Amino acid sequence: MPVMSYIQAVTKAIDEEMDRDQKVFILGEDVGVRGGVFRATDGLYQKYGESRVIDTPLAESAIAGVGIGAAMYGMRPIAEMQFADFILPAVNQIISEAAKLRYRSNNDWECPITIRAPYGGGVHGALYHSQSIEAIFANQPGLKVVMPSTPYDVKGLLKAAIRDDDPVLFLEHKRAYRLIKGEVPDEDYTLPIGKADIKREGTDVTVITYGLCVHFALQAAEKLAEENISIEVLDLRTVYPLDQEAIIKAASKTGKVLLITEDNKEGSIIGEVAAIISENCLFDLDAPIKRLAGPDVPSMPYAPTLEKEFMLNADKVEQSIRELAEF
Amino acid sequence: MTKERINMPQLGESVTEGTISNWLVKTGDHVEKYDPIAEVMTDKVNAEVPSSFTGEISEIIAGEGETIEVGELMCFIETKEKKNALNDEKPDNEKEDSSTQTKDNTSMKKRYSPVVMRMAQENNVDLNEVVGTGNSGRITKKDLESYLNNPNKEKTIEKEEVSSEDEEIEFHPPIIRRKPIVANPGDREIPVTGLRKTIAQNMVRSKTEIPHAWMMIEVDVTNLVRYRNAEKNSFKENEGYNLSYFAFFLNAVAKSLKQFPQLNSCWAGDKIIHRSDINLSIAVAHHHELYVPVIKNVDEKSIKGIAKEIHQLSQKARTNSLKPEDMEGGTFTVNNTGSFGSVESMGVINYPQSAILQVESIVKRPVIIDDMFAARDMVNLCLSLDHRVLDGVICGAFMSHVKGILENISSETTPIY
Repeated sequence: MPVMSYIQAVTKAIDEEMDRDQKVFILGEDVGVRGGVFRATDGLYQKYGESRVIDTPLAESAIAGVGIGAAMYGMRPIAEMQFADFILPAVNQIISEAAKLRYRSNNDWECPITIRAPYGGGVHGALYHSQSIEAIFANQPGLKVVMPSTPYDVKGLLKAAIRDDDPVLFLEHKRAYRLIKGEVPDEDYTLPIGKADIKREGTDVTVITYGLCVHFALQAAEKLAEENISIEVLDLRTVYPLDQEAIIKAASKTGKVLLITEDNKEGSIIGEVAAIISENCLFDLDAPIKRLAGPDVPSMPYAPTLEKEFMLNADKVEQSIRELAEF
Repeated sequence: MTKERINMPQLGESVTEGTISNWLVKTGDHVEKYDPIAEVMTDKVNAEVPSSFTGEISEIIAGEGETIEVGELMCFIETKEKKNALNDEKPDNEKEDSSTQTKDNTSMKKRYSPVVMRMAQENNVDLNEVVGTGNSGRITKKDLESYLNNPNKEKTIEKEEVSSEDEEIEFHPPIIRRKPIVANPGDREIPVTGLRKTIAQNMVRSKTEIPHAWMMIEVDVTNLVRYRNAEKNSFKENEGYNLSYFAFFLNAVAKSLKQFPQLNSCWAGDKIIHRSDINLSIAVAHHHELYVPVIKNVDEKSIKGIAKEIHQLSQKARTNSLKPEDMEGGTFTVNNTGSFGSVESMGVINYPQSAILQVESIVKRPVIIDDMFAARDMVNLCLSLDHRVLDGVICGAFMSHVKGILENISSETTPIY
């Protein structure tokens, strides 16, 4: 099985889907000739031509809006936001139009658009290139928000997103792009959107997280295993809607839950996860639900020392797990 | 000048906490070493706490009415004594740390998480038997799981044996769920603390654990009344305190217990212990408090000796100066219920003793003697007995013996000195 990086899995998934379905096309800033600022669409312009890999003006609202229109007419657009930080001008299109189209038209219309956006920090990107914006979209019924952690999941979930008949916001951690590598089968497969995945089985503490933080959790778990502290890691994969069943099961298994997000703590996805657990698992809890998240400050700092302080890492995760294990 | 701590002292072996009823000093006061600085009420006694240093009270930490554990800080004192100057700061801090930690220990050991409570209930586990490995001894879900998977039977049995032997183990009366009792506007709420709490606990323990049986006899004490009335004035003159009836009753009970040691005993789970000493607990009430001081070796004492001790102990009770040693070692209780006019009552056994005798009021009643009415001084004696230890026959014989002694009291049979 070939080993590839996170971003290669993105390219591979798009390539396979464009090859499989003529209706799939790409639009975004510098996605064509340039192959994307992160090279996510590298080689696709050459392979599929300018009519299927479209460079757009610097207008996120238009990228989303054009994509939505095309989707309504039966196309399968993959709209790229160059950075998730820039998605805000497109929020009206995504939330008020794409997410609500099926409902508004009483099922007459659908909007099978996939909007890709690289998010997250730790790349020395400062304010405009480091944000986690998933919470903005995480209470919009009609919209799905997918945030994979591994190359295998990227390919399976991105293909599923493209084939989904409703809008999917597909958020890729930009630091994971080249940092995370993994085996990805050549064959065609999809993974179910809305299903979390147990990345590691354990009995002492359950860590529930998503995106890059899954890897911090796995590293910490590996280290703690030497001390016989056994960690269960649940990767949410889809942060909206949440896989409640998997969350309840994983939380109940150990009774000690650590929730991790790179986003600012207050109002983040994991707050909702905590709510699900406290609604359903009271009599299975052995410790207070613990959250590990970014500080509530306006943005990822530029200074390397401060960025390091803001970002999560395996050490911080390990420390939090240890506190719970000892509780 | 160095700052020293004055901590809550250990006021009796099983005493773990004390309530500060009254501060006798205030901040800034100068005190000599051993001067009393506060009055403390424990569940056993009221006592004065002496100062451990000569110096000036610099800060009072524990407030009046506050209950603090033995060894906890009561106040700071500025002293010129240099003896402890060296180990002043750091060991103090360490001590404080370790004491807070032990406090944490006790507090987390019984603080159960929802899952632990649920699993304990589902599996009928007594959580006291589960060893906690979490922070500050908390029982984690894993601890309970490993206990359930591998209940260490030996250990459990061992523990149970220990607990049945250990009289000091804390008693938890069964809790019956009921609606909370709420005070109405205008009602006065009195917190249950110290002695009241102990009385309540002992009573519940006695009544739940001991199967009480009850009997009553009536005794003609006309002779006793006559004898005592003849002696009481000169006795008071000579000795300075009263020649009470109660002394004669204690004397009769002690003599009878010598004859029937079965009643001078206690239930110890797998055995019954007959006590060799005859130490009689007597109930002394003062205000709203009930003290049960002990007169030791009553069988070896004259009527005067007994009367003197009754007098001394009630004096002490009235002045709140009973010491722990005054309350310890009782083997049988005699309760002077007649002193407040009762003619018939059912005593609650003074745990872990096995019987209690109530001496009721002496009243003049018409009695038939030789088919003729006579006005006689009569008294009822009521006995509550632990039916695990004692049966009706032996108690009947004991009571008859007491009756016999009392009815035949005279200056010949029972000299006062």
